[in-house]
Amino acid sequence: MSNIVGIEYNRVTNTTSNDFPGFAKDQDAAWDVEKFKKTFDVKISSLDEREANFDLIHIDTSIANAFRRIMISEVPSVAAEYVYFFNNTSVIQDEVLAHRIGLVPLKVDPDMLSWIDNSLPDEEKFTDENTIVLTLNVKCTRNPDAPKDCTDPNVLYRSANIYARDLKFEPQGKQLEAFAKCPVVPADPDILLAKLRPGQEISLRAHCILGIGGDHAKFSPVSTASYRLMPHIQITKPIQGESADRFANCFPAGVIGIDEKHEAYVKDPRKDTVSREVLRHEEFNDKVKLGRVRDHFVFNVESSGAMTPEEIFFKSVRILKNKAEYLKNCPISQ
Amino acid sequence: MSKVENASSHKHPARDSTFEDLLKPVYKGRKLTDEINTAEDKWNLLPAFLKVKGLVKQHLDSFNYFVDVDLKKIIRANQLILSDVDPEFYLKYVDIRVGHRSNSSSKDYIVPPHECRLRDMTYSAPIYVDIEYTRGRNIIMHRDVEIGRMPIMLRSNKCILNGVSEKVMAKLNECPLDPGGYFIVNGTEKVILVQEQLSKNRIIVEADEKKAIVQASVTSSTHERKSKTYVVTKNGKIYLKHNSIAEEVPIVIVLKACGVVSDLEVMQLVCGNDSSYQDLFAINFEEAAKLKIYTQQQALEYIGAKVKTVRRQKLSILQEGIEAIATTVIAHLTVEALDFREKALYIAVMTRRVVMAMQNPKMVDDRDYVGNKRLELAGQLMSLLFEDLFKKFNNDFKANIDKVLKKPNRAMEYDALLSINVHSNNITSGLNRAISTGNWSLKRFKMERAGVTHVLSRLSYISALGMMTRISSQFEKSRKVSGPRALQPSQFGMLCTSDTPEGEACGLVKNLALMTHITTDDEEEPIKKLCYLLGVEDITLVDSNSLHLNYCVYLNGTIVGTIRFPTKFVSLFRNLRRSGKISEFISIYTNIHQKAVHIATDGGRICRPLIIVSDGKSGVTADHLRQLLDGKLQFDDFLKLGLVEYLDVNEENDSFIALYEKDIDINITHLEIEPFTVLGAVAGLIPYPHHNQSPRNTYQCAMGKQAIGAIAYNQFKRIDTLLYLMIYPQQPMVKTKTIELIDYDKLPAGQNATVAVMSYSGYDIEDALVLNKSSIDRGFGRCETRRKTTTVLKRYPNHTQDIIGGMRVDENGEPIWQHKPLGPDGLGEVGMKVESGQIYINKSVPTNASDSVLTQTQAQYRETPVIYRAPEPSHIDQVMMSVSENDQALIKVLLRQNRRPELGDKFSSRHGQKGVCGIIVKQEDMPFNDQGVVPDIIMNPHGFPSRMTVGKMIELISGKAGVLNGSLEYGTCFGGSKLEEMSQILVDKGFNYSGKDMLYSGITGECLQAYIFFGPIYYQKLKHMVLDKMHARARGPRAVLTRQPTEGRSRDGGLRLGEMERDCVIAYGASQLLLERLMISSDAFEVDVCDKCGLMGYSGWCTSCRSAENVIKMTIPYAAKLLFQELLSMNIAPRLKLEDVFEQ
Repeated sequence: MSNIVGIEYNRVTNTTSNDFPGFAKDQDAAWDVEKFKKTFDVKISSLDEREANFDLIHIDTSIANAFRRIMISEVPSVAAEYVYFFNNTSVIQDEVLAHRIGLVPLKVDPDMLSWIDNSLPDEEKFTDENTIVLTLNVKCTRNPDAPKDCTDPNVLYRSANIYARDLKFEPQGKQLEAFAKCPVVPADPDILLAKLRPGQEISLRAHCILGIGGDHAKFSPVSTASYRLMPHIQITKPIQGESADRFANCFPAGVIGIDEKHEAYVKDPRKDTVSREVLRHEEFNDKVKLGRVRDHFVFNVESSGAMTPEEIFFKSVRILKNKAEYLKNCPISQ
Repeated sequence: MSKVENASSHKHPARDSTFEDLLKPVYKGRKLTDEINTAEDKWNLLPAFLKVKGLVKQHLDSFNYFVDVDLKKIIRANQLILSDVDPEFYLKYVDIRVGHRSNSSSKDYIVPPHECRLRDMTYSAPIYVDIEYTRGRNIIMHRDVEIGRMPIMLRSNKCILNGVSEKVMAKLNECPLDPGGYFIVNGTEKVILVQEQLSKNRIIVEADEKKAIVQASVTSSTHERKSKTYVVTKNGKIYLKHNSIAEEVPIVIVLKACGVVSDLEVMQLVCGNDSSYQDLFAINFEEAAKLKIYTQQQALEYIGAKVKTVRRQKLSILQEGIEAIATTVIAHLTVEALDFREKALYIAVMTRRVVMAMQNPKMVDDRDYVGNKRLELAGQLMSLLFEDLFKKFNNDFKANIDKVLKKPNRAMEYDALLSINVHSNNITSGLNRAISTGNWSLKRFKMERAGVTHVLSRLSYISALGMMTRISSQFEKSRKVSGPRALQPSQFGMLCTSDTPEGEACGLVKNLALMTHITTDDEEEPIKKLCYLLGVEDITLVDSNSLHLNYCVYLNGTIVGTIRFPTKFVSLFRNLRRSGKISEFISIYTNIHQKAVHIATDGGRICRPLIIVSDGKSGVTADHLRQLLDGKLQFDDFLKLGLVEYLDVNEENDSFIALYEKDIDINITHLEIEPFTVLGAVAGLIPYPHHNQSPRNTYQCAMGKQAIGAIAYNQFKRIDTLLYLMIYPQQPMVKTKTIELIDYDKLPAGQNATVAVMSYSGYDIEDALVLNKSSIDRGFGRCETRRKTTTVLKRYPNHTQDIIGGMRVDENGEPIWQHKPLGPDGLGEVGMKVESGQIYINKSVPTNASDSVLTQTQAQYRETPVIYRAPEPSHIDQVMMSVSENDQALIKVLLRQNRRPELGDKFSSRHGQKGVCGIIVKQEDMPFNDQGVVPDIIMNPHGFPSRMTVGKMIELISGKAGVLNGSLEYGTCFGGSKLEEMSQILVDKGFNYSGKDMLYSGITGECLQAYIFFGPIYYQKLKHMVLDKMHARARGPRAVLTRQPTEGRSRDGGLRLGEMERDCVIAYGASQLLLERLMISSDAFEVDVCDKCGLMGYSGWCTSCRSAENVIKMTIPYAAKLLFQELLSMNIAPRLKLEDVFEQ
């Protein structure tokens, strides 16, 4: 059975995996750890602080998708949840400002915090173990040195724009030592929170807690975590001459190479965006077959800044493992 | 979502004029050095037009004309006040002004409009008159006497916002994008809608083919009266009909009464030398001859005998006849020195039109033709009202003067000035009342019109703008007529073809197109003189025989002369207009069928600018456009240079107008400036409307007004009864030129949502939408409601007054729960959360407001707090304390509520495709594409085939191309970004040309088996939200009379089990359920019924039988008991006969 998803002009075929027992009589397809160990492969193509691009090869869709889902919604991270306003004379409303502060990604290792107990009354809920306190105290004033004919508010006024970097970390109790090396800062300091004009001020205190993306998108540690299937291009009949150039033009640069015989060959299918442009041209009818490899996942994980992408991925693996563990020990399953 | 939001926070340099950037050297990527293509760039005339004219210029022009010109005319018409008592006395109005005194050039201080809005005041300016009157023997001049206050239209030339810079606007808390054109009366913004009417003083010929009736009618309207004159056929003969003449008068008699005595002349005037007309008309001579009426005197007496009059002193029959012909018939023609010639000609022309229509049924006029319509604007309505009030003022004033002068021996000489101020309140309050209630009642025309004004809808910027361009028709809404509702071909370019409401007002309420202008009155007399100079023979000098040999020239419907060379005359006249010698709004056109040249100078005609084409060449060249872009030329210069002119509907009908430059040939006289101006401001928001099924555009026009967005730059300073604002509005990815022109991109109402057109979950049937939870978390569709509560602290005659109490505290010194939002002053504190049941204004009212002052004990107060009642808590946004115009303390509290989208909230794209949110799905469950992009909205594809909104699909592709390309694309009507180019961008960026992506299921992770149409579409959140509508009740209040549950959400009412539901329960046979729903859960009532007499008693006692023997207790609905008692009160005795249900 082919593991190529067929990309046709107006439909996608062979989308579901079929390597399970009982699908075909001549194949066993029972899952085998040894076989999996042998075939499974991870290839990392790029990795940095905020973004990772890696391939998971020969793994079932359900598992790959589980990683994706868990990264988005179940890997915990820290975000502002309770905002206490002491003063806000700006035009932005308390609720809106609180919402904006909540969405600011914070550079905190979620493992440094414990989960908050919502059953406790408000006074006892927040401790130095589960809460990070950020404060914002800003006041806009006129800039006395501004040139007379200036109209730019950034020159005319001081602290006219309030950015995420203006949020100040206030370590509580044990946090003084624990966070001494890595004080809490917003992952992106240039997020605009509010605009002020002379005389306006904001004074607030935000309690940041641990949460998961399923509860609110602000707790999601990734901007996006997704995968695509590895493109697969099969040239069934040789394409030569000028036709080959036109053929190459149907794909992004670098996907199709042209050899010395001026014949098109598939150079790097990974670069293909599968725009299906080639299927629009009649001259390539029956000359090319587009497809995607069903068990080759090209993952792309963009971190929002609190953790590195590989950390997020490993956490998702751990969470999936714990879930499996839980199911295994679940009384119902026995 | 979040990416787009951050992009919008980029700094924009401050702009002074709103239209400036449209005319800037670099605009939309085009530089001055770029080649100018007249065919494409002539649209730049449109922003230039709007810069000069503005979107609501018609209202402003009309109001300016009223205060500057019309007021003076009214004063002149009513300038003298004489006394019945003292013949020596007179008072004469010399001049009138609004807003400033004669001596000082600066304007008076006027309370700024925003303060008026906040303090519930009227934005008005004083009306000053200069008077001259006698005091004893002396004649005294008095200047600047205030006779009242005039409500000022915002942005008119009497308004303080007229021509001020954006900076001053900001200081006055005004929005520079606000169009103005409305009034502020008692704190509410009121618009006087444009009223559509049949044109006045023009002949309209109509025919009823079934009854074989042809009639020509004319509605005469002057300052004094309004009347309608008909010339009708009856059994093939022609009569004159008028309301004040008892029966129809044979037309020959009328003409004879007007001094056309000879039958030959009658024939010449009516039929000329056309024998077919003569044959048709000849029969009419018989009747006059039979009645033996040969002379003018006989004819006048005949008419005089039939006149219905209510006169104090009796006139002779002859005088009555003269009076009727001179003043009542065709009243708009004034008769001087009993010379009826003009009137005779007018009636003859009417008769001729009737004869023509009898001979050829095609010669009738169309009532619905826009050229036969006149639009009445705020200025005209205000002038009618003002003249009425001014007359009343003068009458009261005169009565007052007479009363004083009647006194035989006065100690002092009487000074009339002393009593002028007494009545000044009448004008002020009369104007205010009329505008605030919308009831225009004018005594002299017996006019009683309701609903003239409307509260300016501030739901969104578009709804306010749409209201300013709205035209309401005088037709009854209930009548089932199709004619006036149908789309008229003559509407093209004048009235929007899409924007009309659905339902009963469909087609009767219209909207102006983008380039429409409405004329104001122009002087007739100079035009008349000009006509004579251009070779028109004076009608009074033309002999009857040659009247119909040449073309007749009509000025505002009245015949002024004949012309031998009409074509030459018309072109000469037009050249004068194009060179600016006469007003550009005067129209002239030839009507070949009537052999007539019509000139119109009257107000209320709809017109629009067009490019003049001569000799097959467009007047506007690339050079002109370059100078326009440079700012060297203004739109008015184009008029002066004779490149562009205004055409009204009638003249438009007489021209050949090319849509595009390529269509020009030798016959073409004009060229359209831009085709998308057939749509109005509201329909202009729709991208690619020319690809949509037409009703969809109409639906969008209705929905665009309900979209939540930014309403004005001063939205946070406003305290409106209810305001909906969007937290993160975005300008649309796919704009139109109209959007830029009306500044919708600066005050948008919607967000660019990434849409996947696919089926998902089954919660998307019937247009329901699937929303992404994470998008909502990140701010998609968030909105805010702001609700006002007003409280007035009243003062009472016994010197007590309402007070605001402090807050009550418990034993710990903490405020009690109810008083939590309050501050020490008893008013809610800004920023506090108010929950249902809490108090935010702790008002108390004195218990004895009526007692006299003498019982000066400590005043007793009763608490009447303002309690918050709503399903969700609110926050206090603003608290305003001020003093209203009548010196009472005024408290306004603004409550704000932040809402995220929830199940059942209504959304709509810009293509009349509305839907409610059916399910909110987590991001990880949503489908995603190769890039990991997840849709904000999933829309069911079944929305497309039957709706045929292809424009929406093209919007998606253009939007997607724009996102990938980093550009904003255009979806302008009859133009915009081309689909092929957009598809090419998609392909170049590695996407499929069709906009369909391969998606992966978020749930299984597998590829979807179909390609999904995927990209951004601008979505609007509509004001209908579940939170405002949700309602349920288990028990609650009941109506007093029937003891049944109350009705409606506002009264916490019950949910009705209606007739149809009842039928279902009956059919099903669930009798116990029926009993429970209709009686037990509603108004069950236990009564004592006497089994013997069948009447109801009480307490086990039958009052009619005077016994307790047969009294039985039973339960019936209280409404039934009420019915029995009501019947009893009408002397009907309903008797209950009781039996057992189950026989024993």
